[in-house]
Order: sequence, then C-alpha cells, then structure tokens
Amino acid sequence: MSDHESPQGTAWIWKIFWLLLAITTVEVVLGIIKPEILLTSLAGTSILNLIFIGLTLVKAAYIVQYFMHLKYEVNSLKYAIYLPVLILIPYLTFILIFEGQAIFEF
Amino acid sequence: MTKNKTSGTWSGGNEPMNSEYGKMMMWFFLISDALTFSGFLTAYAFVRFRFDIQWPVAEDVFTHFPGLEGDQPLLYVAFMTFVLIMSSVTMVLAVNAGHQLKKNVTAWWMVATIIGGVIFVSSQAWEWYHFIIGDKGGIELSSREVMKVANGDGDVLSLSQVVQGMEKGHSANHELMFSDEEVLKSIRANNNLVLQSPGKEHISFTREATIKALDGAHVIQGANMHHNEYGKQQFANFFFFITGFHGFHVFSGVVLNVMVFYNVMLGTYDRRKTYGMVEKVGLYWHFVDLVWVFVFTFFYLV
Repeated sequence: MSDHESPQGTAWIWKIFWLLLAITTVEVVLGIIKPEILLTSLAGTSILNLIFIGLTLVKAAYIVQYFMHLKYEVNSLKYAIYLPVLILIPYLTFILIFEGQAIFEF
Repeated sequence: MTKNKTSGTWSGGNEPMNSEYGKMMMWFFLISDALTFSGFLTAYAFVRFRFDIQWPVAEDVFTHFPGLEGDQPLLYVAFMTFVLIMSSVTMVLAVNAGHQLKKNVTAWWMVATIIGGVIFVSSQAWEWYHFIIGDKGGIELSSREVMKVANGDGDVLSLSQVVQGMEKGHSANHELMFSDEEVLKSIRANNNLVLQSPGKEHISFTREATIKALDGAHVIQGANMHHNEYGKQQFANFFFFITGFHGFHVFSGVVLNVMVFYNVMLGTYDRRKTYGMVEKVGLYWHFVDLVWVFVFTFFYLV
C-alpha cells in the first residue's frame, strides 16, 4: 500500500472507532473521578488538564488523518491545509498565554 | 499537479493538488471555520481565566441525564460525544461505499449518519432546556456576584431545599419559582446556611458575611443572556454562543446530508459515475465532529 492509497475494506474504520471511543472513555472517567495526584499544578494548569488536551489532540489527529483522509492526499494539499492551522492557532494561543496576564492590570 | 497526458498543462482537465475542485474548496472553507472556532475557544479561555473564582464548574452545571435521578456529571455530554463519533464512523462507511459505487450501501449509511445527527441536535436542545430552566438556583448579591446556598458541610442546596426544608424539598427546583423574600427569610432563619462561590474552589462565606451579603440580594433561577444562576454571566453567554454555533453547524450538516442522500436515491451520482459529493459532505461532517472534540474538552472537561 503506497502512501497515497487509502486502505481497503472497512476493518480500519472500526479500528479507529474503537480507539476514539477508548480515548473518550478515559477522558470521561478521569473527568468524573479527578484523581487527586493528577491535580498537581504544572505549567500554569494541572496535569489532568494537560492530559485532556493531549488526548484531544490525539483524537483530532486520527479524525483528520483517517476519517478526513488527509493522510492519503498529495503533499501539496496536505501542507496547504496543515500549515495555516498549525501556525495560526498555536500563535493565537501563545499570544493569549503570554500576554493574557495583562487583563489583571486593569 | 496531475498531468493530462493527451494535452499540455494549460489545455484544461488538470486537477491541482490531485483533488477535485469542490473538495479542495471544502477544505479551504474548513480551515477558515477551524480558525473561527479556535477564536471562540481562546476567547472563552481568556474570559474564564479572568473570572476564575466566579466561573461555574461544568460538572456542577450539566448534571442531568434523561430518566436518571440525582447528579450524573459528564454522563450526558459523554453520550452526545459517543453519538457524534458514531455518526462520523457511519459517514466514513458511506464515503467508502460511494467509492465503490454501491448505491444502496451508501444510502443506508447516509441514513444512519442523518439519524445520528438528529439525535445529537435533539440532545443539545434537551441540554439547553435544562440549562435555561435552571437547577439549584442562585443568589445574586448587590455586587452582581452570583452565589450558591450551601450547608455547613459545604454541600450546595437547591432553593427548594432551602425554603421547603431538606425532607420536603427537591434536589433541583424543577418548575418551582421562589420569591426573593421567602428565600432570603429562610437563609436568615437557618443558622446552618451560608453562601458559597460557584468557582472550582467552592469558597464558603462565614455566617456573618452571609447575613451581611444578603442585603440587596435577590434570587436567580435559570439562565439566559442577562442572568445566570450558575455563576458568572459570561459562562452562560459563551455556552449559548459556542454550543449554539456548533449546534447550527450540526443542523446544517444534517440538512446537507439529507440533500446528498436524496441525490443518492435519485441516482444522480450513479449517472455522474462519481460519489464525490458524498465525500465533500463527509468532510464537513467529520469537521463538525472534530470541533465537538475540542468543545467537549474545553467546555466540559478542563
């Protein structure tokens, strides 16, 4: 199977479904029990929140790569889509995280 | 760029990026939409960061599940997330069948996707309804800060429990409305009751501070664009705006899916010998799921 050829059959679809479901279940269980140890603060938030954000990005990656088929498109299309999003959104977040403190000065 | 073998580059028939025009434009639209949603979610994060102490905790707000009594935090949104992931899967199956030009299989998976979308939008309507009619009720102080009523152990009580007593009152107010006088009188009369901030720290006032704060306070039940019993007003506004904007995307997706399903049944794509439209509407549908993954994390989990 070359890089630009989508996989055959439907088994791969269900595999990704179970993976997404498993990640969501882990998120919900962690959200309900909120283990004390994960509430330790780290990088301005808690370890638990960082785990949530990490798992969300993994889920997003699987949806975009496989469900939206981006993994199998030609490189020019891939980069035309990835670059604007992967540059602008982290930039916006970066500005907010580093300059947002200023709101307390008013 | 794919070359048209029989003629030159500029003679037409080329597909830049090896993608159909409509599909590429759908992707570019989705990029702009992704940036819009990231703007909303960062704005939400910023305002929440500013008003952290008064910001309601999602687990204390969205606690209902149809048919179940008591507090069921996160369960309902988890169900909604499951429905949307599931409908994303049926959409991939529809696109997959479309590639093989299987009309009936595509149609059935489109139907499944539409049902999933309808369940999701209805669930959201149900959640909005419960958010709007309210749960335990709140007290708005003269400083416009919204507080909860809690007992000595720090457990939040509903206005119904405050006024009618722990035995006769319900854990949520349901359809009952309470006047300022009866609620404030009940809080003043019961030495056990204090005001508690709705934020994640759940800081309770002392009894003296509670009595002092009750001057000029009034009762808030339910939430809308002007009042919010759950805490900071902006929480309600962002809730309506972000989940509303996403819900409208889902609704539009259902409409598009119905249109494409109709054309599948008419045999439009069989005649075209391509089910490219199913793929395009599929991209939109997955995007809606993708946005929900982020809304779920940043609105309900974090």
